[in-house]
Amino acid sequence: MTPEVTLRQLRPGQRAVVKKVGTGGELGRRMREMGLLPGTEIQVIGRAPLRDPVEIKLRGYNLTLRNNEADFITVEIGEAL
Amino acid sequence: MSHQYTIALAGNPNAGKTSVFNALTGARQHVGNYPGVTVEYKEGLTQHQGQSVQVVDLPGTYSLTAYSPEELVARNYLIGRRPDVVVDVVDASNLERNLYLAVQLMELGVPLVICLNMVDVAKTRGLKIDADKLSRLFGVPVVSTVARQNQGMSELLAAAVELAESEPEWHPLNISYGSDVDQGVDEVADILQGAQERHGLLSARWLAVKCLEGDQEVIERVRETPELAEKLLPVCERVAGHIKSTMDDDPDSIIADYRYGYITGITRQVVTSEREVRMDLSDKLDQVLTHRLLGPLLLFAVLYGIYNFVFWASEVPVVVLENFFGWLGGAVEGALPPGVLRSLIVSGIIGGVGGVLGFAPLIAFMFFAIAIMEDSGYMARVAYIMDRVLRIFGLHGNSVMALMVGGGLSGGCAVPGVMATRTLKDPKARLATILTVPFMNCGAKLPVYSLLIAAFFAHRQAEMLFLLTLISWGLGLGAAKLLRVTLLRGEQAPFVMELPPYRAPTMKGLVIHTWERTWQYAKKAGTMILGVSVLMWAAMSFPGLPQEQDAAWQKRIDAASTASARLELKSGRAQDELAGTVAGRAGRALTAITAPLGFDWRANVALVGGFAAKEVIVSTLGVAYSLGEVDPEHSQSLSQRLAAEPAWNSLKAFALIIFVMVYAPCLATVVMIRKETGTWRWALFSVAYNTLIAYLLALAVFQGGRALGLG
Repeated sequence: MTPEVTLRQLRPGQRAVVKKVGTGGELGRRMREMGLLPGTEIQVIGRAPLRDPVEIKLRGYNLTLRNNEADFITVEIGEAL
Repeated sequence: MSHQYTIALAGNPNAGKTSVFNALTGARQHVGNYPGVTVEYKEGLTQHQGQSVQVVDLPGTYSLTAYSPEELVARNYLIGRRPDVVVDVVDASNLERNLYLAVQLMELGVPLVICLNMVDVAKTRGLKIDADKLSRLFGVPVVSTVARQNQGMSELLAAAVELAESEPEWHPLNISYGSDVDQGVDEVADILQGAQERHGLLSARWLAVKCLEGDQEVIERVRETPELAEKLLPVCERVAGHIKSTMDDDPDSIIADYRYGYITGITRQVVTSEREVRMDLSDKLDQVLTHRLLGPLLLFAVLYGIYNFVFWASEVPVVVLENFFGWLGGAVEGALPPGVLRSLIVSGIIGGVGGVLGFAPLIAFMFFAIAIMEDSGYMARVAYIMDRVLRIFGLHGNSVMALMVGGGLSGGCAVPGVMATRTLKDPKARLATILTVPFMNCGAKLPVYSLLIAAFFAHRQAEMLFLLTLISWGLGLGAAKLLRVTLLRGEQAPFVMELPPYRAPTMKGLVIHTWERTWQYAKKAGTMILGVSVLMWAAMSFPGLPQEQDAAWQKRIDAASTASARLELKSGRAQDELAGTVAGRAGRALTAITAPLGFDWRANVALVGGFAAKEVIVSTLGVAYSLGEVDPEHSQSLSQRLAAEPAWNSLKAFALIIFVMVYAPCLATVVMIRKETGTWRWALFSVAYNTLIAYLLALAVFQGGRALGLG
C-alpha cells in the first residue's frame, strides 16, 4: 500500500486520491463546495513562483490553495505522470 | 415597460453566465445594486414571440449557503421574489462541480432550466455529454449552448418561456444524505411541519437540511419564533452531535459528500470521456505564465505593456477632446458679453467638465485592458502569483483584484475597488484591502499626474507613470502591513480559489465591460464634478475685490502704455481678486501648514477641492491660473502655464504628486468605505490615516530634495 501523505508534499505532475479533508469550518466548507472531498482524484499542476500556493486539477478544472491549507488534505499517491 | 415573465440567471463564476446574459439582453441592460448590500444587480429585457421577458443576472456562486453576501443575495432573491423560471448556466466542460449548484437549486425546488453552456469546449476536451439523458434524470429541460457564439440562445429562451407558461409549482428534490442524516432531517422536518405556514412556500425538509447544515440565516429566522426555536434548536444540536460522534464528521460535510455522490452517479451515466486529457492547452500555458522565473517577468511585462498601449491608443482622442472643449470655451466666450454668466459657463462648467471628460478615453482604454485580463482568465493567475507576496502584508491574493480595479494599473476607480473587496471572506484582510485601495492611482488622479508630468517630466511620461504605480503599490502595501500588525491583527481566511481556463475574450464582452465602467466614470464627471466645479467657481469668484481697489487697478491698467504692461497688470488684478475670495482665504490660511511641503495657496485651494473628487484638482488649478485672464494667453494649456510659472519646479511638482496620490480619499470613496465597513469610524479613519501619511511623505520629498540640492 502506498504511504499516505498530505497534498503539500506532492510534486508537480503527481496524481493522488483524497483520503481525508481534515478540517471543518469555513475552510472545510469551501473545499467541499469546490468538490475537494474524499475519493476525489487530483493532480498537481504546479506551484506559484514562490512555491506557494499550489495549483491542482480535479473534476476537470483547476483549483489553487495555499500550502497551509493543503496540509489538511490527506492523499494516497497514485501513478506519477 | 411591463413584462410577462421573469427569468433569473444563476450559475458558477466563469461558467459563461455573463455571456448568456449579454447574448439574451444585448445592450438593453440596467446595472444597479441590491438594496442594503453592494452586490451588483443586473437586469435586462428580451423578446420572445412578442412577449417581453425580464432577465435578472444573479451573482455568480458555487453554492447556495449563507456563506458569502453573493450566495445570500442569490438565495434571498429566489426565495423572496420567486422568479418564474431559474436558468442555471452550467459549464459543460466542468460538469460535476457546476452541478453542485444545480442540485441545490433543485433541492430548493425552483422551476429550473439547465443551460449546458460551452459544449464546444467540452468537445475539444473529448467529453461527450448526453443532454437528453441529463434532462430525463434530473426531470428538468436541458439546452446545449455556446453563448459566446450566440448558439442555442433562442432555444434556451423558448425552453424557459415554455416552462414559465406552464406556471410550475416548486418541486423540491429529495436526495438521501445517508440513513443517519436522513433520520435527523426527518425529525427536524416533523417539528417544522407544524409551523409550515410561517415559512411561506419553503419545504420543511429544505429548512431542516439548512438547520442541520448550521445555516446562520435560516437559524436566525427560526429564532424569530421563540416557541419554535425552543423545540427545534435542541433537536438540531442533538442530531448534529449524534452524527458527529457516529460518523466523525459535521453534518454539513456529510451532506456535501452525498450531494457530490448523487452528482457523480448522474454524470457517470451522462458523460463519456473519449480520451483522457491530462494536460490541456490551458495547463501548458500555465506552465509558462506562472513559471518560477518567467511568470513574474511576464506579469511585469504585461503591466508595462498596458501603460504603453493605453497611452498610445488614447493619445489622439485625448487631444481631439481637449481641442473640442478649448474650441467650445472660445466660442462661448465670443458669443457672450463679459460678466459673471460668461465666467460661470466658460471657467466653471466647460473648463471643469472638459478637464475631466478629456481624460475619458484614457480611462476607457484602461478599463478595456483590465477587462481583457479578467475575461481571459489571467487576472486569477495574477492573484495566484501575487498571493505569497501579498500575504506578507496581511492581504490576500484576491486583494489584487480590488487593488487593480481601484487603480493598481492606473486608471481604475477606488469606488468599485472598495466594492470589489466583497469577494474577500476574511473581514480583517478585507478591511485592510479597503483601506489600501485609496493608495492606488485611480483614474481621477491620472489627470493630475498627467498635468504635472506634462509640465515638468514631459520627456519621460510613460516611465514616470510606471514609477508612480510602483510607488503607490509600495506605499499601499506598507500601509496595509502597518494596519495588519496594529489595528487589524489576526488569522487569515481561506484562499481556495478556481483558476478558470484561459480563453480568448470576446469583443462584445470587452466592449460591454468597458462601456459600463467608463459610463460610471463619465456619469460621475457629468454630475458630481459639474456641481463641484460650479461650487468651486463660486468660491473662487466671490466676494470680488472691493470697489475702490478694483477701480485703482483699472486706473493703472488704463494708464499702462504698452500691451504687455497691461497684460501684466491684468493678471496681477486677477490674482489679487482670487486671493480675496472664500477659497483664496482658505488656501492662505492653510499655507502655514503646507509651506514646508512647498505648496502655495493655489495648490491648497485645489487640494481642498480635490477632496470632493480628485479630478477637481485639475479644474481648480485651471480656474486658479486662468480665471479673469482675457488675453491671447488664454488658449495656452494649463501644463504649459505651470511649466512657465517661476514658483513651480519639478521637485515641488513631485511632492504634490505624492501628496495627491496618498491624501484623503475622495468623498465618493469615503461614502463607499462607510457603506462597505458599516461604520463611519473606518471612513473617517481612512481620511485621517491617508492625509497624515501624505503630509509626512510630501514633507520628506520636498525637504529631502531641497537638502540634496534638487529644485
